[in-house]
Amino acid sequence: MTHVAGIDYAVMLLYAAFVLGIGVLLRRSVRTSEDFFLSGRSIPAWVTGLAFLSANLGAQEVIGMGASGAKYGIATSHFYWIGAIPAMVFIGLFMMPFYYGSRARSVPEYLKLRFDEKTRGLNAVSFATMTVFSSGISLYAMGKLLHLLLGWSFDASILVAAGVVLAYIFLGGLTSAIYNEVLQFFLIVFGFAPLVFLGLRAVGGWPGLSARLATAATANGFAPGAYTHSWAFMDHAARNPVGVEWFGLVMGLGFVLSFGYWCTDFLVVQRAMAANSMTAARRTPLIAALPKMLFPFLVIFPGMIALVVTPPATTRAPSAQVAPAPGAAVTVTAAAAPAGVVPPKLDPRTGAPLRDARGRVVLDYDLATPMLLLNFFPAGLLGLGLTALLASFMSGMAGNVTAFNTVWTYDLYQSYVRPGAPDAHYLAMGRIATVAGIAISIAAAYVAASFNNIMDFLQLVFAFVNAPLFATFALGMFWKRATGHGAFAGLVAGTLAAAVHHGLSLPAGASVGVKGGYLGLLATFPSELAQTFWTAIVAWVTCFLVTILVSLATRPRPEPELAGLVYGLTDKPRDAVAHWFERPVVLAAVVLGLTVLLNVVFF
Amino acid sequence: MTLDVRMPIGVFFVLVGGLLAIYGAVTLHDPGASPTGVPIDLVWGGVLLAFGVVMVLLALRARRRAQPPGAGNRLPVRGNR
Repeated sequence: MTHVAGIDYAVMLLYAAFVLGIGVLLRRSVRTSEDFFLSGRSIPAWVTGLAFLSANLGAQEVIGMGASGAKYGIATSHFYWIGAIPAMVFIGLFMMPFYYGSRARSVPEYLKLRFDEKTRGLNAVSFATMTVFSSGISLYAMGKLLHLLLGWSFDASILVAAGVVLAYIFLGGLTSAIYNEVLQFFLIVFGFAPLVFLGLRAVGGWPGLSARLATAATANGFAPGAYTHSWAFMDHAARNPVGVEWFGLVMGLGFVLSFGYWCTDFLVVQRAMAANSMTAARRTPLIAALPKMLFPFLVIFPGMIALVVTPPATTRAPSAQVAPAPGAAVTVTAAAAPAGVVPPKLDPRTGAPLRDARGRVVLDYDLATPMLLLNFFPAGLLGLGLTALLASFMSGMAGNVTAFNTVWTYDLYQSYVRPGAPDAHYLAMGRIATVAGIAISIAAAYVAASFNNIMDFLQLVFAFVNAPLFATFALGMFWKRATGHGAFAGLVAGTLAAAVHHGLSLPAGASVGVKGGYLGLLATFPSELAQTFWTAIVAWVTCFLVTILVSLATRPRPEPELAGLVYGLTDKPRDAVAHWFERPVVLAAVVLGLTVLLNVVFF
Repeated sequence: MTLDVRMPIGVFFVLVGGLLAIYGAVTLHDPGASPTGVPIDLVWGGVLLAFGVVMVLLALRARRRAQPPGAGNRLPVRGNR
């Protein structure tokens, strides 16, 4: 465990005071439900852009991408340069005119306008459930990490963090969440940038890191450049640490999962819907894409460095010195020495390091970034780094809770429980839903803590639900013949197809259960990611085909009813910008050009 | 809407940057204060302080521009593009 100094606590307390202060300052500006849920559609593009990015910067992003960096190397950047940027450009250029222009207040409401009530209901229920459970998982991960690293009480950590998020959303609604997400964005950048600088300096810059990772790659049976090249070894799944070939990567991650998340998830789309004009809404994901493409350097590099760096001689946190599970041993023996500063994964019962089938120590990759932080940051900067971590947890949670309260109030409560009530009633319900969302998140965090596989299981269900969604939206926005019956049948069939494919396949080395194979075993994938990508592809194709077939067999809506909802029946948006270079299409070209350049540099 | 987000962000980073820079200067020669040999608290505190000052100045400039002549000291609207 690491001792946290007074200066570190001072930085954290200052942060808590500011996020609460922003909520208090914005309290008076919330007068209507549109103010609370959609910020009155009055926020400039650069603010919604950074919030669009920050709402996605939850625990899974900062800790998970560091873990993947340690595990897979620079190939993790595919989650950004293929798995995010193209989709962000697509939603900005092509889909935002329908979301914003239709005046829908949420993504499920767009589905109602475009298709019918049952499609909206299905999407609203699944989305609302997923967001509160995601929020709970994020909370659980935060409490566990703070207990493990700093010895802080799990209960106190999650209650305090949840209380702060509750207070600022309750007071200022979406505006408060968005403003705090902008603060959190800068905190994460300024908290992690010195970590990358100090880490790279310690390993001899990029050449030194490449040389050390080449040794690690060879030791794991890969070519020397496997951890430092993103595309060069993607011709065959066995040649790269990710265990995926280029087709599965591009189709599964780059198309289905990426477009399914960035183009349909209300959590991020809600930020763009709060923009003050159609042009600002379209520029929101494009502005977000600029820092997003550079985030691999902030969140993946720490993991890569942690795997091979030698800890400084005078450090506040000796490697692998982490708080054990109650009753477990603490000492990590020399024989189970960690790689770099990444500690081994400990058996929760005995405290001994876990070993894989070949007898090698299993590393706890989730601790890669936090351990680098503890090893390289002195008192003071450690406070900033820990605050950045807390900010990432809070921004992820706030994103989920604001999306939940909107979908619950508009798409479920107003539609099915109490339609036609005064606006003040829905504003009050939004605040009640915020409290309920936080309470369910806390309960979900304890559920996750009680059951070993509950997190894996929930994330699996989310994947099943999310994967086919983009097919529904793509057909709905770009094919006027798509019908409500087609969309509903496609979504259900796609989700079932995902479950069946997952149930009939298994990643190599995994046992039957939550990892798959529960319906029999027809296929084995080299890695869990490969299985996930192919499950997504199967779900998307099934939803796409079933939606088309059922749509062709059912009666379409008259074309005049689809104006503003479908491409081809909607006027092209006119850009209200002062300069030509502010136009969304120009920004998109710049974003795509820079993304291609990054792929070439790290090919 | 009466709050320019750059103002609280700027003030926050001025305070955190100042705190870090002062702490870094005071502990400059303490053993273990900089495990990597770089006076990072002092340097990074200065960077944060400078960033905070820039954000505050941008917010103040936007406030001045949003005020019509003779409008007194009203807070600006949020459309600070």
